[in-house]
Amino acid sequence: MSPITTYLDFNAGSPAKPEVAEAVAEALAIGGNPSSVHRLGRLARATVDRARDSVAAMVGATGLQVIFTSGGTEANAQALSAAIGLKSGPVVVSSVEHPSVRDGAAAMSPSVIYAPVDHDGVLDLAALDQILASNQCSAVSLMLANNETGVIQPVAEAAKLAHARDILIHCDAAQGPGKILVDFQGLGVDFLTISSHKVSGPQGVGAVIVRNGETLPAILRGGGQERGQRAGTENVSGIAGFGVAAEMAGEDLARAPILTAMRDSMEARLIQMAANHLGGFTVFGGNAARLPNTSLFAVAGMARDTQVIGLDLAGVAVSAGSACSSGKVHASHVLSAMGVPDDLATAAIRVSLGWSTEQSNLDRFVDAWYEIRIAKSIGANATEMQKAS
Amino acid sequence: MLTESNIKLPIYMDYQATTPMDPRALEKMLPFFTEAYGNPHSRSHSFGWDAEEAVEKARAQVASLIGAVPKEIVFTSGATESNNLALKGVSRFYKDRRDEIVTVVTEHKCVLDACRHLEQEEGMKVTYLPVETNGLVDLDRLREAVTEHTAIVSVMAVNNEIGVIQPMVEIGQICREKGAFFHTDAAQAAGKIELDVNAMNIDLMSISSHKMYGPKGIGALYVRRKPRVRLQAMINGGGQERGMRSGTLSPALCVGFGTACALCEADMGKDNEHISRLADRLYKGLTERLDDVILNGDRDQRFPGNLNLSFSFVEGESLMMGMRDVAVSSGSACTSASLEPSYVLRALGVEEEMAHTSIRMGIGRMTTESEIDYVIATIIEHVNKLRAMSPLWEMAQDGIDLRSVKWSEH
Repeated sequence: MSPITTYLDFNAGSPAKPEVAEAVAEALAIGGNPSSVHRLGRLARATVDRARDSVAAMVGATGLQVIFTSGGTEANAQALSAAIGLKSGPVVVSSVEHPSVRDGAAAMSPSVIYAPVDHDGVLDLAALDQILASNQCSAVSLMLANNETGVIQPVAEAAKLAHARDILIHCDAAQGPGKILVDFQGLGVDFLTISSHKVSGPQGVGAVIVRNGETLPAILRGGGQERGQRAGTENVSGIAGFGVAAEMAGEDLARAPILTAMRDSMEARLIQMAANHLGGFTVFGGNAARLPNTSLFAVAGMARDTQVIGLDLAGVAVSAGSACSSGKVHASHVLSAMGVPDDLATAAIRVSLGWSTEQSNLDRFVDAWYEIRIAKSIGANATEMQKAS
Repeated sequence: MLTESNIKLPIYMDYQATTPMDPRALEKMLPFFTEAYGNPHSRSHSFGWDAEEAVEKARAQVASLIGAVPKEIVFTSGATESNNLALKGVSRFYKDRRDEIVTVVTEHKCVLDACRHLEQEEGMKVTYLPVETNGLVDLDRLREAVTEHTAIVSVMAVNNEIGVIQPMVEIGQICREKGAFFHTDAAQAAGKIELDVNAMNIDLMSISSHKMYGPKGIGALYVRRKPRVRLQAMINGGGQERGMRSGTLSPALCVGFGTACALCEADMGKDNEHISRLADRLYKGLTERLDDVILNGDRDQRFPGNLNLSFSFVEGESLMMGMRDVAVSSGSACTSASLEPSYVLRALGVEEEMAHTSIRMGIGRMTTESEIDYVIATIIEHVNKLRAMSPLWEMAQDGIDLRSVKWSEH
């Protein structure tokens, strides 16, 4: 186990809250298969049903609209295939979607159109409308908030455009709950993806919220669980934890303004530090509406991996973009889509805050980043100047 | 003298539906929720590395249990997903060259449903082989059914309803001779009987964690690397699990599952000795004091922890409802809400009336001798009571062959 460090990578995954861990442990200890008729089975069923209602309430839906899955990726696959159905036209996804939607769409449909975003990473609605007007599209998928930049997308407006042409729309809202208010009705989408471990619940569980309870074609066939739409014995402990996390998401929402303030003050300090020593500090999506907890920024000149590894050695965990693609060297597709040049994109690091983040965590990050990114280069410059003179 | 004070009620006898978690596995996984909560796919910090290390250790533990190497293990959300991925993944990848599937009528519902989907919507040809009255597949018929067009043969290792063990080695040989991949649904077998993917020529194997004292929500698909089996993924995205199954893994679930595998591997001899002894005690205790009790499935080729018994003239549902303190099942959990007789028992040639009288009793690591004695006493009491109320039982006792009776309709 790692020593206690400063964890600022909540968009990759969040530590479970104590109440969540307790619910998981309790469900694991009780056991029981929710499909069994006997008492233990019924107890497990009751746990799943209670969690279903809690998860539904978190996003303004009803329990009957919730299909539990093994996580956001499976939920995206389920929802996309349902939205596409038997139609053969191109799927439209935004150019900043999570890989599970980008790659999922490409695997499920003969062609995919990537709808452009502006320099702040916000979907271009006029361009989307144009795409829908000039193609027989099968489905649209637009995320609620981007996992890398935190930029919030105009989902309700996109839903209106899609529905005006009788096209179903899916929204990957993995990064939404607990950070911003998510209202399934208000968004007006047909399918919504949510993920447990992005809302401080356990990993290995997620859900698709469906408008019409009968429209999901099963990817997993078998025992008829989840009303025939997703077979397999339910991950009872994961679902129990997800339910408790959902019940507690309101507390996170109430704390969101504090996170926003901490995030903004961190960015202001970094900008000031960069202006004094480096120049050219960019906060990606900084002019758009963003999640309260996310900051993706860059100063050209030092590779993101060098920074995150240096930060890790200093006991601070951040990320160089999304966890799924971290470790790969090419520039983020999200930043490319925003027109960010490669030299800047490959210097970007993401700081994401969560329920247990305190001001001291951010102070520690700012100090560590200063050491790695600025103090060393001042030192190097000084040495060079000495050599020159 | 039997007292209720030394046992905890209700008694869990439904180990085929799910097993209680082994506390040793539970203890190992809990810290991964609160202390070591990294995303195992985060490559940039030690939280991620620790999580990844834990996942890889678990992968090695799963592999070791079945004689595989860690790279051949793909974590999934459970055996249902593994079975779907094996059948659909192989069929979709090899369809152009080989478009046939061979399976057996007594497979788990998720295998049969996946086959039916591939047959009806994706143009695969599926052969559903019958079984003998002992529940075992006829190897000659299997040999005839597997051709050079067969992409995949799917036969479960241990049946979930009756516990019979299919002849894995022989099936593996037939598949290898014909160049077809051999997939086995080992949800009920892994951790309970010896499985070796190389000795048995198994190319794909589905494993479930919660049937072997691990947590629910995780399983694995073994996918052979030499010679390589290729799959078309069902869930795409981050490219985890070498592209075969995207999605963030749960280190906690992986650790719980891996530990459960290691415990099963270490304790298999001890477990099976314990389970066999209790199963014998239960079977003898019931058959010595009750007439007309029939064991479904082969007497010898079976996992002893599954006793599927028919009690003539006793409705299985009535017996279950009567024994409130004992959790048993009248068949598969997935279909337990339906009152249809089990398709597995029907495939063995068990008549519908007899199929309705069957109860599946699961014995596992945590079952105790005093629980077995309590169950024996309870079943005898209720069977005798239900039979005493049955006019059919009375007629049978009087020597009337009920099949010869012409029932008149009023």
